[in-house]
Amino acid sequence: MTVTVNGKIRALNREMSIAELLQELSLPPEGIAVAVNASVIPRKNHPASMLSDGDVVEIIRAVAGG
Amino acid sequence: MGALKIGDKVFNSRLILGTGKYPDFELMRESFEVSGTEMVTVAIRRIDLNDTSGRSLLDYIDRDKYTLLPNTAGCYTAEDAVLTCELAREALGTDMVKLEVIGDKKTLFPDNEATLEAARILIKKGFTVLPYTIDDPIICKKLEDIGCAVVMPLAAPIGSGLGIRNPYNIAIIIEHSNIPVIVDAGVGTASDAAVAMELGCDGLLMNTGVAGAQDPVKMAKAMCQAVEAGRLAYEAGRIPMKLYASASSPMTGVIHSSVV
Repeated sequence: MTVTVNGKIRALNREMSIAELLQELSLPPEGIAVAVNASVIPRKNHPASMLSDGDVVEIIRAVAGG
Repeated sequence: MGALKIGDKVFNSRLILGTGKYPDFELMRESFEVSGTEMVTVAIRRIDLNDTSGRSLLDYIDRDKYTLLPNTAGCYTAEDAVLTCELAREALGTDMVKLEVIGDKKTLFPDNEATLEAARILIKKGFTVLPYTIDDPIICKKLEDIGCAVVMPLAAPIGSGLGIRNPYNIAIIIEHSNIPVIVDAGVGTASDAAVAMELGCDGLLMNTGVAGAQDPVKMAKAMCQAVEAGRLAYEAGRIPMKLYASASSPMTGVIHSSVV
């Protein structure tokens, strides 16, 4: 199955939760936020939220700006 | 000098600084330190999944000292702005957001209609909304009426450094506002900051004016003092302007060489 992560298509070799995807991407759980199909998924739900084929995932953090 | 209250937070400094455009994060941190600011803005962006450098902006900001104000810079629709605020709340644990919905790439002027729409949705979702807006008293009144915590009219286009282009509009906005008025964008140097504060605005938000200066740390100090001086002058109440002189020394007992 494939999902889109931050605008790029990514093939997943197995069923995966958001928490597992973040782990695979070596991202820390703190200071970031995840939206799937334009809905924010709270951090506490990451382990239980399974990704589906075609999901659009956005992973953000704070950067410098005015 | 009185404190600035926004939502349920109280700030002793009336200067809010952006985190963008500094030559490096160390200079940014030093600038914040000397500026006395207690609130700094941050942008919300996709994580670069190829970036393995490790350190991020937040490693340079002491969150016990500085309240983070995430912005929606770069959003051109209410929908994108709302999602950005929701992501910011989740990532940073704050309900307070700087709402900007841009209407045009060249001027970066806000889209009034979309700003109002996004503000309504965000307020319903429990956000404390600080909207960037054009210096128009009518849109500012509408933003107040729907429940924004402050209004943030621009002084001049973002990053332009042109100073207070329309002090009369800012004065009208301040006169009619029952919520804090924070001038946001366009301040180029210390006198601009002082002018804004002398008009009676409650605070000032700037980024490029400090970060883009040749010596950001020195400019941060200048802005700190200008904001304080301007506010004190406003609170003190200036003298009216007159066309002709009014002597400061007594008129009686002046020595005259000729007998009058």
